[in-house]
Amino acid sequence: MAETVIAVRDLRMRYGSRDVLDGVDLEVRRGEVITLLGPNGAGKTTTIEILEGFRERSGGDVRVLGEDPARASEEWRAGIGIVLQSWRDHRRWRVRELLAHLGEYYAPYGTAERPRPRDVDELIDRVGLTDSADQMLMRLSGGQRRRLDVAIGIVGRPELLFLDEPTAGFDPEARRDFHDLVHGLVDLEDTTVVLTTHDLAEAEKLADRILVLAGGRIVADGSADALTRQVRARAEVRWSRDGQRFVHAADDATAFVRSLFVQHGDEIADLEVRRASLEDTYMQLVHQHETGSSPDPGSGFARPADVAGTGGEATR
Amino acid sequence: MSTTTEAQSHDDRGRGLHAVKVGARRGLREFRISLRNPEDISFYVFWGVGIVVYLFLNRREVIEPVGLTVPQFALAGILATMVVFGGVVGPAFALVTEKEDGTLLRAKAAPHGIRGYVTGQVVLQSLGMLPMLVIVVIPTAFFADRLMHRGAVGWFGVAALLLLGLAAALPLGIVMGAVARKPSQVTTWGLLPVFGLSAISGVFFPISAMWGWVQGVAQVFPIYWLGHGLRWAFLPDDAAVVEVGGEWRLLEAIGVLGAWGALGMLLAPRVLRRMARRESGSAVEARRQERMQRLG
Repeated sequence: MAETVIAVRDLRMRYGSRDVLDGVDLEVRRGEVITLLGPNGAGKTTTIEILEGFRERSGGDVRVLGEDPARASEEWRAGIGIVLQSWRDHRRWRVRELLAHLGEYYAPYGTAERPRPRDVDELIDRVGLTDSADQMLMRLSGGQRRRLDVAIGIVGRPELLFLDEPTAGFDPEARRDFHDLVHGLVDLEDTTVVLTTHDLAEAEKLADRILVLAGGRIVADGSADALTRQVRARAEVRWSRDGQRFVHAADDATAFVRSLFVQHGDEIADLEVRRASLEDTYMQLVHQHETGSSPDPGSGFARPADVAGTGGEATR
Repeated sequence: MSTTTEAQSHDDRGRGLHAVKVGARRGLREFRISLRNPEDISFYVFWGVGIVVYLFLNRREVIEPVGLTVPQFALAGILATMVVFGGVVGPAFALVTEKEDGTLLRAKAAPHGIRGYVTGQVVLQSLGMLPMLVIVVIPTAFFADRLMHRGAVGWFGVAALLLLGLAAALPLGIVMGAVARKPSQVTTWGLLPVFGLSAISGVFFPISAMWGWVQGVAQVFPIYWLGHGLRWAFLPDDAAVVEVGGEWRLLEAIGVLGAWGALGMLLAPRVLRRMARRESGSAVEARRQERMQRLG
């Protein structure tokens, strides 16, 4: 099994009397891509900032690349890549100029298998900024600026890369490019990636493992598939009969559809069975947490189903 | 075991030094960037030309009892004000705005990046003095008859004192920028006090014309002493009559400037460490929000 890159036990963060993180446990292994999901204010950014060594924690054990981020060395820092949000920094610098400058800091930390920094022109090409390499930052579009942020995050060829909402403001093409880039980093360089996003499709596409953070705790941990199974949400069944449309949430969709045909036979048309998506699962997990209800299989998924039909309740 | 630790600490020193070099190149690059920026150029030209015009129009005005013309007498004090002003206010504004725009956080994300950033600031702000010095000194030399009485020794003294003045001012500016939360605080605690001090430090007229207690206040701060040292370098010996005590006190000048420099350099690393520790993405975001509210 691959070596542990991040090990967190009972992480706590308290601002005044408010517990933002209330006993977070997590473990990430080399080469994994994990996604932190959670509603705003759930503590995603706080968690990432603690792991990056940008914020001191109130309690708990944290090891990242073998060191405590709160007391880590500059050598440790060289192994960490951070894609920061775009602000208005370095507005008068040009793209190539800034990447070359920031890359220089990593030069003494290069090794045979991880030469540092990356070749700047190659990197610019890889993030698709070749045509803007000599542009001043203030003249870049939002999407170009974001590509540059990603480039800055990986210029030092990090072992561990943190991305806080990396694709906010990306068009679909840029998003696709970004996903290819992350896959490349993981496959070719064994980079470990931790990212936060609000885009569930992105989480599903990129992550080996999804962690859902709600109310200062990790409430779910697993692949997108495993999470969906864990919640055992009902499937949504839609059909029409006599020109009327029906929707029903079923625990056992197969049995329900069978009974439907037994009852109505050929009158059934436009049949559709939809399994719970990651989004449904996520909504349910967060909802369960917010209402304080214990995991109750199926309960959360009743919401869109029974009210959506225009033709009233289906008969059993 | 101990040899590995030694080797590691040696390694780390080398890497720290590397970051200083990267920072020095950063400062040079930022200086070049500022030279291609019309706003910065017009700032230099506006103030530089303004000062030169003032001196030119008063070139026949004689200051008693020294018998020197305004350009001869005032140039030293003006240079002192420029160096202290630029050395304190320059890095203070740079730090406070670059905390806000995320530049500092980018530096923190790189190994020894803050060290590089601060080195870059020192280089940038020091080089940033040059355009103004050139714009002010060279034309003034043409119409201020006998500007320099001590020849080569005097010019060497001027250069050494300007460097010492920078060493006194820059760490203070860095401390101020690291502590300040928004630009208006730099205006209150940096810009206005430096203006006030330049008014009472005998720049445009001899300090001996001021009340005693004002002279006392002025003598605590670097502007008077840098001006005093520069006047010693530029002016004939008997011009000392208008100085406090009526004599040249070069050693005291060096001592006071050195003390301010030492104080700043003692404080700066601590304050910078504290500032760096607090930098995070959410801190930058919070300041950005606050700034947007301020601008309404």
